[in-house]
Amino acid sequence: MAAPGERLRRALGAAFGGAMNLLEAPMRLAQRRLRAGRIGWVFVAPNLGVFGLFTFLPIVIDLVYAVTGGNQLFPAQRPYVGLDNFKALLSCKNYLDPNSCVRDLFWHGIYNTAEFVALQVVFMIGLSLVTALALNRPGRARGFFRAVFFYPVLLSPVVVALIWKWVLQRYGVLNAALGGLGFATHDWLLNPTTAFFWSVFVSIWAHMGFYTLILLAGLQAIPRDVYEAAAMDATPPWRRFRRITLPLLMPSLLVVLVLALIRAVQIFDEVYVLTKGGPGTSTTFLVQFIYQTGFAQQVREYGMAAAASLLLALVLMALTYLQLRVTRART
Amino acid sequence: MGSRLSQIRLAPRLAPWLLATAAAAFVASGAAAPTAASAATRHIRVMCYSDGNECPVTRDLAAEFMKSNPGIEVTIDEVPYSAILQSLPVQLAAGKGPDIARVTLFGNYSQYFLDLRPYLKDAKFWETTFGPTLDWMRKGPSDHGIYGLMTQLTVTAPIVDKTLFEQAKVPIPGPKATWDEWATAVEKVAKATGTEAGMAWDRSGHRFAGPAISYGAKYFDAKGEPAVVDAGFKAMAKRFYDWNLNGTVLKSIWAGQATGYRDAFNEFANGKIVMYYSGSWQLTRLLKLGNAFSWEFAANPCGPDACSGMPGGAAFVAFKETKHPHAVAAFLDFLAQPANYRTFSERTNNIPAELPLQKQVLDYKMPAEGKAALATLLHDAATLSPIAYHLQGYRFAGAIFGATADRIGQAIAGSMTLDQAYQRITQDIATAIATAKKK
Repeated sequence: MAAPGERLRRALGAAFGGAMNLLEAPMRLAQRRLRAGRIGWVFVAPNLGVFGLFTFLPIVIDLVYAVTGGNQLFPAQRPYVGLDNFKALLSCKNYLDPNSCVRDLFWHGIYNTAEFVALQVVFMIGLSLVTALALNRPGRARGFFRAVFFYPVLLSPVVVALIWKWVLQRYGVLNAALGGLGFATHDWLLNPTTAFFWSVFVSIWAHMGFYTLILLAGLQAIPRDVYEAAAMDATPPWRRFRRITLPLLMPSLLVVLVLALIRAVQIFDEVYVLTKGGPGTSTTFLVQFIYQTGFAQQVREYGMAAAASLLLALVLMALTYLQLRVTRART
Repeated sequence: MGSRLSQIRLAPRLAPWLLATAAAAFVASGAAAPTAASAATRHIRVMCYSDGNECPVTRDLAAEFMKSNPGIEVTIDEVPYSAILQSLPVQLAAGKGPDIARVTLFGNYSQYFLDLRPYLKDAKFWETTFGPTLDWMRKGPSDHGIYGLMTQLTVTAPIVDKTLFEQAKVPIPGPKATWDEWATAVEKVAKATGTEAGMAWDRSGHRFAGPAISYGAKYFDAKGEPAVVDAGFKAMAKRFYDWNLNGTVLKSIWAGQATGYRDAFNEFANGKIVMYYSGSWQLTRLLKLGNAFSWEFAANPCGPDACSGMPGGAAFVAFKETKHPHAVAAFLDFLAQPANYRTFSERTNNIPAELPLQKQVLDYKMPAEGKAALATLLHDAATLSPIAYHLQGYRFAGAIFGATADRIGQAIAGSMTLDQAYQRITQDIATAIATAKKK
């Protein structure tokens, strides 16, 4: 007489076997019909289905919206307008002055996003590299500091923005500290320059840990014997960094550069919660324009938002292509 | 591999177990299906936002309604106001909206409204009781539908920090004082008491409209089409712009963000401003402040043309996608009955939109300063310009209000000049209307 546990195990095994038997027949049939060359499609079909439904289909729907107008939600009810949405977005008297454009907020978004990308990516990679180099050195509590730098990455962007809002607002922690020390206080989020600066800063603070981790992995992959040889030759530290560390870290740096570029172009959540695009339009980025146009106005311009998101997608596709090239070159 | 798999055969002893499991699953799925009794229950959902305690009070009234209507189940889903503005239109467009919702900007939703007339026992009662506010939910002069129940009448008005005025020994401007006189007075008080700014207005084109109408803004041309930026509008816009730049008005409210609504209640509650331009719906929040300082509602300041604020208010509106129009109409009719409506108004401290009730003395459960505030607000409601009523009922009022707040706010922040803001306001409104009318 088998124990209850054994009986259950056998029952489960038999049920599993039964299920496998049920699957076997159609798989044999598929193999006979499709032959070995095409049977692979059967295995990737579920994945293709998911990809088609959640990635490819939305792209097609986005295209449909981009060439239709009105404020109706269902594509069948929307009138065809051709390229009118793109023309409106790209129409400017002077491309250097967003206020001269038909869709001024779109161009404010482009210029602000370009400026944000340039500043955020450069400073973030620089700081991530310095941090990775520091964390790679042997020392006490290295694990603790690695966790400290990575911790903000685990936070939700909304939480990050709210924390910093409490710090930076008129009666926030920073002004309280400055006032307490006898310094002048500032409306950090009401001045366009300081609001932009803090948007970049908060974004770097939130994401730096992730890129630091990639660079740290890159640093640890550099063979130690190269450094030992350099030490035997009495190579000075700066030269060692320039001639050994930097060249061997370059593939990781390129990956970090492309990933950071893509993320920076998509900036929205943290800054939207922190500044709501203000003061004025000084921190209004491209994704906020898309959100605002498509989902927050009284009359929702889904077509215009879809056209803007397609233009953004083109930029992201170019950056993704770059990333693939970099990754291939690395491998 | 295939041969290994085929070695594992379904054990014959398992067959009864599998059959039993399948039978149990079948029975369970049957149990999940509605029984004859539950199928008869009509379930309606109400999406509700509260300015104070409107949703809990509605929930209590719904419980009473369900007692007398056992076949109808009413669920009140309380949501933030932003969900009404942003999520509800998408839900309705997708055909997945609630049966009823408490909304403000009626033009945003009017295409989805259900005309209640065929389902009401006495549509004439509604016409005589709610007459003027029913127009706000209609699509135009030829529309005679009844689409919802106005839950309260609101009116925009200044709220004054009396304590600061007393400390500064500056008299509070009287009922006929102009906006310029108010600006001078609050600036004096702010300077004397070290307050951050003289006043703040909610970041809303609705709040801006009353003062603009007082300074001569007409908002519509002779044909009834929107013509927002005129001399009167510019007169108030220029004043407001200058007051923001010289510190009379707290700049962070309008200039601090690119788009969207923001109120200044916290700034008022924390003593950062002397006068707060908002409206009657703040009364419940003000009463919760306790004895921290003394406040009062004041008469709307005047301009050369009027001493007007803006009317407004929220309504429970019915949507045509509902599967139970009779139940929806029955519930709204229940809320509209004088005794129930009175309970709602008294418990929520709101000015009733029901005409006969406006002439009665309601038993508001509030301290004396609250009752005094309601008396002032009733006076404010009586001085509203007809333009203000017309604007409030206009289908694209939301587009006008949004463009006004965003563009003037951007000008104050320095992102564009005031003249550019005027052009953009006109363009934004025209684009919104053209988009909405495109078929």
